Amino acid sequence: MTLSTEIATLPQEAAREPSRPARPLPVAVISTLTVAAILGLWSLASAYALVSPVFLPSPRQVLLAAYNLAVKGFVDATLAEHVGASLYRIFGALAASIAIGVPAGIAIGTSRVGRGILDPIVEFLRPLPPLAYLPLVIIWVGIGEASKITVIALSMLPSIILSTSAGVRAVSKDHVNAARALGATKGQVLTQVVLPSAVPSILTGIRIALGAGWTTLVAAELVAASSGIGFMIQSAAQFLVTDIVIAGIVVIALIAILLETIARRIERRLVPWAAHR
Amino acid sequence: MSILTFRNVSLRYPQRAGNRPAGEASVLEGIDLQVASDELVAVIGRSGAGKTSLLNLAAGFIAPTTGTIAVDGVPIQGPGADRAVVFQDDALYPWLSARDNVAFPLKLKGIPAAERRERADRLLEKVGLAEAGDRPIWELSGGMRQRVGIARALAAEPRFLLLDEPLGALDALTRSRMQEFILRIKAESGAGAILITHSIDEALLIGTRIVVLSPNPGRLSAEIEAGFSAEILAGASVAAVKASPLFKRMQAGLTGLIHAAPDDEVAA
Repeated sequence: MTLSTEIATLPQEAAREPSRPARPLPVAVISTLTVAAILGLWSLASAYALVSPVFLPSPRQVLLAAYNLAVKGFVDATLAEHVGASLYRIFGALAASIAIGVPAGIAIGTSRVGRGILDPIVEFLRPLPPLAYLPLVIIWVGIGEASKITVIALSMLPSIILSTSAGVRAVSKDHVNAARALGATKGQVLTQVVLPSAVPSILTGIRIALGAGWTTLVAAELVAASSGIGFMIQSAAQFLVTDIVIAGIVVIALIAILLETIARRIERRLVPWAAHR
Repeated sequence: MSILTFRNVSLRYPQRAGNRPAGEASVLEGIDLQVASDELVAVIGRSGAGKTSLLNLAAGFIAPTTGTIAVDGVPIQGPGADRAVVFQDDALYPWLSARDNVAFPLKLKGIPAAERRERADRLLEKVGLAEAGDRPIWELSGGMRQRVGIARALAAEPRFLLLDEPLGALDALTRSRMQEFILRIKAESGAGAILITHSIDEALLIGTRIVVLSPNPGRLSAEIEAGFSAEILAGASVAAVKASPLFKRMQAGLTGLIHAAPDDEVAA
């Protein structure tokens, strides 16, 4: 091979080079394929009756059950009513736990006495599975809505308290000093500087609390309720209506994802500056 | 005319060796300093000489171990709006717009929203940021942020401006423009000022008086008057001032003074 032919081949190789790395599959495509594969295996398993339809109804049956749930309902209430009952509980509990948790977090984050009083309570509550204290709450508050809301609120409290106190403690010293040198009183430092700077942390705490609360809600409804998405599943299971059980589980998962997405949106809208600190 | 006075001020911290107290670490000793409304006292010195401690004492963020700090003869009790601070990393509130940052001290005073807005806009105009009022502060450049910080300090209508290396984080070009800006703003406001700086040039250009802080413990080791700021205010160009033989001589003199200080730091 002569030098000139070698040189002649060079630019061609160089031109081929950029197209060489294969474009990787986007994660969203991989995820979609995974879901499709699971649905496909599920259809196959039920179509060839590999598993008894009592245990595993076909995807079509589940879809039909979901449709019937939405239109006719199950155990005296439509799907919307069950979901409404559940959402009412979770947002009632969220309001209660924010009303208690944020001031408690501020007390822990700003005062030695506050920390001394509240820390042991939070540390006791935090590792407890909510269902462990559900029976006690039912004895104390009765079997109505109040007991469910109390249990859910208790399960949400630790993350709201801890994220608030962490946010309060992380306030920039310069931010506080600047306010003091501009004439702020102690109260003004708290309301005008410490609280606003803790908002991103509090919102993160609320998002985590929503996740914990949703888990507790379904569990609490399985144990003691006469409406709600967890109660619906429990009733369906007692009559071995597996398609409704599966439809209910899917609805629970979808709502959880929806809540998380909305919470993230709100965070971005409310504290766009958090990303620029 | 207001006067900020340091009288025989010292600042010491108790030290511990393991679990036992082991004497005191002395940050500042025997500081006597007076700053009047028509002055801008520039404090220079090496890192660790206690420059920022001196400013924190003046602001009231920390209390002196001995001695007193007073404004017009009244000893200060912690921070107050009569001594507004401009910080090196701006310390602006990211959850507020540029305008609301400037209006912050007015809000603290309970001034109604409409008046706050009007006064903040006037201050923003004064610092050359009339258009930036609605912008979030993270969109602003370092120099613009410091202008907002200075406008915020001015909104408190302080008797003294305490400037803690306000230009330390800026690039050279922005920095030299901001030096002239601070000089003019300070003269207009009628407030006295203390400027902490690393830069001898900066101290000479905008200080009416320059004090040298020498380390271990921090003491005022030299004090000289400088008239260059008056020349610039009277219309002389910064470049011409910097080129003058007197400026060069004082620059060399101050460099010598800073390096002549006892150097325990190197041994440590």
